[in-house]
Amino acid sequence: MSKILVVAEVSAGKLKKTTHSAISFARMAGMPFDVLVVGHGVGAAVEELRAFGAGAVKVADDARFAHYVGEVFAPTVSAAASGYAVVAVTASSFGKDLAPRVAARLGAGFASDIAGVDASGGALSYKRPMYAGNAVASMQVTTSTQVVSARQSEFAAAAPSGGASPVEAVAAVDAPLAGRVEFVSFDEVKSARPELAEAKVVVSGGRSLKSAEGFKTVLEPLVDVMGAAMGASRAAVDAGYVPNDLQVGQTGKVVAPKLYIAVGISGAIQHIAGMKNSKVIVAINKDPEAPIFQLADYGLVADLYKAVPELTEAVKKIRAEG
Amino acid sequence: MKILVPLKRTADPDNANKIKIGAGGAKIETTGLEPKANPFDEYAVEASLRLLENGPTKARIAGDKLTIVSFGPKEAATNIRQALAMGGDDGLLFHADDESLDGDLVARALAKVVEQQKPDLVVLGKQAVDGDSNQVGQVLAELLQWPSATFAMSIELSADKKTVVVGREVDGGVIKLKLTLPAVITVDLRIVSSKSVVNHVTPATFAYPEGARFTPLPMIIKAKTKPIVEAPIASLGVDLALKSKYVSFALPPARKGGVKVKDVAELVQKLRTEAKVL
Ligand SMILES: Cc1cc2nc3c(=O)[nH]c(=O)nc-3n(C[C@H](O)[C@H](O)[C@H](O)COP(=O)(O)OP(=O)(O)OC[C@H]3O[C@@H](n4cnc5c(N)ncnc54)[C@H](O)[C@@H]3O)c2cc1C
Ligand SMILES: Nc1ncnc2c1ncn2[C@@H]1O[C@H](COP(=O)(O)O)[C@@H](O)[C@H]1O
Repeated sequence: MSKILVVAEVSAGKLKKTTHSAISFARMAGMPFDVLVVGHGVGAAVEELRAFGAGAVKVADDARFAHYVGEVFAPTVSAAASGYAVVAVTASSFGKDLAPRVAARLGAGFASDIAGVDASGGALSYKRPMYAGNAVASMQVTTSTQVVSARQSEFAAAAPSGGASPVEAVAAVDAPLAGRVEFVSFDEVKSARPELAEAKVVVSGGRSLKSAEGFKTVLEPLVDVMGAAMGASRAAVDAGYVPNDLQVGQTGKVVAPKLYIAVGISGAIQHIAGMKNSKVIVAINKDPEAPIFQLADYGLVADLYKAVPELTEAVKKIRAEG
Repeated sequence: MKILVPLKRTADPDNANKIKIGAGGAKIETTGLEPKANPFDEYAVEASLRLLENGPTKARIAGDKLTIVSFGPKEAATNIRQALAMGGDDGLLFHADDESLDGDLVARALAKVVEQQKPDLVVLGKQAVDGDSNQVGQVLAELLQWPSATFAMSIELSADKKTVVVGREVDGGVIKLKLTLPAVITVDLRIVSSKSVVNHVTPATFAYPEGARFTPLPMIIKAKTKPIVEAPIASLGVDLALKSKYVSFALPPARKGGVKVKDVAELVQKLRTEAKVL
């Protein structure tokens, strides 16, 4: 029976929500699946994962997996993948780094950053956005094992289905390259806000906020009163106003929240690639010709320095009224 | 030190919304779009030059070399030439139709080029902005069994040129890895910030202008005489079979713009009563 191996993402022993999208991929592909957890001190993550209907939760728990290093993880993941038809991971920065390595080791074809799967025709067909989402390809992998990375915004997080999958230990495989790549540090950016890829509401700012201070004083009050995640255009990231991992777009994060508010963002195609599948899009921009208005459901031509504080106050009032 | 930068010719990424789908969804048509070097590959060239030169004087460290390699149509020679005008020393062009390539084949072909050229470092873009597949660097590193760092936003080369410390932009922050050369690096956007790349000759106080460098006319003229060796991809002796196939292409569902609202009050009212998201 062909099976899928879902590779979980853990960080400091904790299960990352990205994993739920890869599980959702496996369910949509309509094949039985196991989950593989590679990490250190992952007991709680494993417990959590037992409730998703996996045939087994396989675990490689070892001190050498305390931090993700592709060279160290890939041999163990590839060894565990033997006999599976599909190896699936979510296309987070972890999955984007790991999946092609595993494919290379297995000699497997790779479907990268897919936005859909169709199991109706016998062979799995994948939907792949290309050219910044301006074309959608239907593709198939022709090797006996396939490797897939699934776009988080397109595979809604799977919910637990109950039950308690059995847990199986798998051996950590020696990584010949371990001696030539050394983990030095992880400089973590902590935020109390929801993660971009998981948020129901995203408020993003562009170059027009002019400084880190601009983001803080003008945009953040709106972000927080909306309970939103904060995003940004590349121009704002490049200028150093906000950290890189807030970048929304073709080469940043792809998001599809219920509500996306673009503040002072022109709407370059690379930005649009990362947010056009949002359910409702609002744009606030002082230039009535800004391309972002061509896809916004609600466009407000206004100076953001006036409109954003007004909107913040209005939402505050609504929230206060309950 | 010798660096190899793989560079892909892509249709103008700023106008990717003008692509068309050929009859019956058989093909993506990019006619009319100016072919340009993949932007991340330009950043890879810039980052490599910064590793190989003295920043303020742009003097190349003696014995160091930068080779550009591309797989693509004959016309890609133009794009290689531009990278040579930035400061690359020579180019290799392996002829292939874009449709006959995928990331896996490019990586396998690159592994052969690496065998021949013996670079200390291969610096690639993190993704080609046409296919958006983000895999060649990772696959290459596994094939070569070289250490690697993807999504680089900083590179520090040690004085003995034996190791690099690379800052990787990942979800939630920056991971630093120390790699023993030879190694593979794929670069992200911020690798071309003013102080992202550090070697042992550029003064610590020196700040590069942001972005990939402009090529002054004398450099463009000089690049005309730099060698580009061309050969069919088959000459590398790689299996040309692909591991995946594209069945068809389509345009994404169009998203129509909605309405303009006159003020914040109307926006709030619409979001509450019409969109029901507030
Ligand atoms: C390889 C590559 C990859 C890229 N990837 C991405 C990506 O992933 N994500 C991304 O976002 N970009 C990406 N870009 C960059 C993209 O092309 C644009 O340059 C960028 O999105 C522009 O950001 P912006 O809209 O903030 O700035 P601008 O284009 O400068 O727009 C600023 C907007 O603010 C408006 N404005 C100014 N002042 C005010 C005010 N007071 N009130 C209201 N409105 C105001 C202006 O009218 C204008 O529309 C990429 C580019 C390249 C080359
Ligand atoms: N046809 C090609 N010729 C040269 N380099 C390429 C080619 N395709 C991909 N690359 C390199 O691989 C990187 C990643 O591409 P990809 O994995 O296709 O997104 C690019 O930024 C290039 O450095």
